[in-house]
Amino acid sequence: MPGAPFAIEGAMTPLRVNGEHVELDVEPRRTLLDALRADLGLTGAKKACDMGNCGACTVLLDGEAVYSCLVLAVDCVARAVTTIEGLGEGGKLHRLQEAFIAADAFQCGFCTPGQLMALAALFERVARPSDAQIMRALSGNLCRCGAYQHILRAARMARDR
Amino acid sequence: MITRLEGADKVTGRARYAADVRLPGLLHAHIVRSPYPHARIRHIDASRAERLPGVHAVLSSANSPSIPWHDASSLFDRTVRYIGDEVAAVAADSDELAADAARLIDVQYEALAFDLVGEAREPKAEARGDVARGLREADVVLEATYRTQTALHNALEPHGCTALWHGDQLTVYESTQGIFAVRDEVAEKLGLAAQNVRIITEHMGGGFGAKQIAWKHTVIAALLAQRTGRPVQLALDRASENLAAGNRNATEQRLRLGAKRDGTLSAIDARIRVEAGAYSVGGEDSDVIGTYLTLYRCANVRAEQRSLRTNAGPAVAFRAPGYAEGNFALESAIDELAARLGIDALELRLRNYATRDQREDKPYTAPESLRRCITRVAAACEWRHQRPGLGFAAHDWAAGGGWPPAEAEVEFAHGAARVIVGVQDVGTGSRTALAQLAAAELGIGVERVQVELGDTQPGLYGPTSAGSATLATLGPVVQEAARLAKKSGHARAQRGENPKGKSIRTCGAQAVELAVDRDTGEVTVKRVIAAHDCGRIVNPLLQSSQVIGGITQALGYALSEKRIVDARLGDVLNANLEEYKLPTVADIPEIVNASESMPDAEANATGVKGCGEPPIIPTAAAIANAIYSATGVRIRELPITREKLIR
Repeated sequence: MPGAPFAIEGAMTPLRVNGEHVELDVEPRRTLLDALRADLGLTGAKKACDMGNCGACTVLLDGEAVYSCLVLAVDCVARAVTTIEGLGEGGKLHRLQEAFIAADAFQCGFCTPGQLMALAALFERVARPSDAQIMRALSGNLCRCGAYQHILRAARMARDR
Repeated sequence: MITRLEGADKVTGRARYAADVRLPGLLHAHIVRSPYPHARIRHIDASRAERLPGVHAVLSSANSPSIPWHDASSLFDRTVRYIGDEVAAVAADSDELAADAARLIDVQYEALAFDLVGEAREPKAEARGDVARGLREADVVLEATYRTQTALHNALEPHGCTALWHGDQLTVYESTQGIFAVRDEVAEKLGLAAQNVRIITEHMGGGFGAKQIAWKHTVIAALLAQRTGRPVQLALDRASENLAAGNRNATEQRLRLGAKRDGTLSAIDARIRVEAGAYSVGGEDSDVIGTYLTLYRCANVRAEQRSLRTNAGPAVAFRAPGYAEGNFALESAIDELAARLGIDALELRLRNYATRDQREDKPYTAPESLRRCITRVAAACEWRHQRPGLGFAAHDWAAGGGWPPAEAEVEFAHGAARVIVGVQDVGTGSRTALAQLAAAELGIGVERVQVELGDTQPGLYGPTSAGSATLATLGPVVQEAARLAKKSGHARAQRGENPKGKSIRTCGAQAVELAVDRDTGEVTVKRVIAAHDCGRIVNPLLQSSQVIGGITQALGYALSEKRIVDARLGDVLNANLEEYKLPTVADIPEIVNASESMPDAEANATGVKGCGEPPIIPTAAAIANAIYSATGVRIRELPITREKLIR
């Protein structure tokens, strides 16, 4: 990442996670996903494939949806990370979260944080996304329970609210 | 509309899964697996791994107790029988370090000959009447062979647990469909009393059958925690999940169906081979013959299945085990038979569906519910024989009625209730539906009911979440405990027996509308219409989630999913979520749930039956039938890929 601040081995890695400044002592090889889960105890992002195939670890990095298993924590210095734990505001649920509950857009719930963050990135960028945009935003997130039809319904509910 | 009680926890990341447990001093574990499909272990040298700073324990056959496991093998057997078989395990300060250490363990193998085809073992067979006569007397005989693939569960949450000891008390946070099954098995393997083992499953990220038994990782984590005196977390990686955590067995089904001119079935003959993999892990013998014996009325039936032992990952139950496989063949064949007879495919089913359980020789509690499902689907899809691209299939499922034993406890005070049960909510919504039944009995709002489940500690037995049985097993118990608690404030109840002299089943029907691109072979499923008899529908929203979920999984089974094993090396070539093709959001059609609530008053006091497995059963056959209707091409092998359609 040319021009971006970088971390030096042995030095602390400063991150901004859900609006809070944190300093982490992590190996350069540690993924953002492992840093969130193991070092910060933010276990909402899930480790399901650890190779960028399923989307269960999706978080926002400077507002964009990324697979946190494919990003190194040290590459996130001075960037804003938002996880599912930081999605709502002031203790209130995000409209996407409310719509997911109303539409029963999950069963086991394991992929749900990733699905929500993928959609949150879209809704951040586009106030009223089209069905095609919603589909595209979700196309990198697997749901083995097969809740897709209800996930799409939830996304449309949140949009049309 | 009542939504899931745990909804807010699941959309905020608060819902805690087995690998989300965070404890002081937590170690992370990694399993070393065999790279050979069959080999003898000559020597294991773990010294380099043990010297790595941050590594706390290494376990292998060299230093751990020989605990008997599947068949005649042991926990870390000196003979490995498939690629992925457990060889050793490491606990270290971090996941990365555990993986490093695993790579430093030097294992010398002596490769042995391996077998990916397998020899057929003694058959499991059932018969009635005289099949030879039934075939002789038939006006039309259909003979065909169908094949289904090995499919992988791939729940997004891998198998895994967090294990810790307090003295001689073991607590395990486990991703399981059966907390009591795991408790009893872990206790037995470790030589502990059952009450010294506590299993907790607050939430679990999908199982679909693969988490209905206790696997080795739990005992390995417990042993590592014991040896290190620290809590140990062990979650399988995705490759291991695909190699060593179960699969839906592949089948070959050779069928002969005989029918009279008027469509009466005179004979059903099914000879089936099932690929079982390297071990009998329990729950792997899927009942492929089951539906041949029960779905249609027929006096002359012979059905047998032989399992084949191979040097590949072991099979285990996968949502409607046996029935998803058997239904694809039987319901494809019924369609082929209808075409030969010149009878409408739906009409042929209506003429032949069974109203009594011919296997048990008892009437069904709801003998006409299959007719209702078939006619509802027919109405919803405006069934017209030979409309191109429209296909149909019916199904039955031997379970869904629940059974004893099970217990529940209800406390009721100041207009609020606490329900305690020993089952787990595997994502189907058991918490919510049980709360609704209690609330209705107590005359309070569901928000006034708190359900505690997923913990063996209270000692209230609950069954494994299998056989679509949880609600039908626990529902009547919770209702009864609530009825008693309404008077006394606190009560326990036990699951009673099912009615004698009757058989409880679930059943349903689906239609599929699709289009096939004749140049590319691309199948576009446009609509699936489903009606399933699950007795009384307690929560329509959650029931529809089961229906769309089962059908979505079935789309993968029908069209894209297949474990691919290299015939020369015995290795799984697509042990990941990129090359093992699960359906994505872009692959799903419109799914219409035309199920209606059909309370089955004879089944139990709540009238409920299960709906977890049925929706996955008939979709593949309905797709194959729709493809035939669209193209005139009959594909008798799953998955139905573009390659097969073009060829």
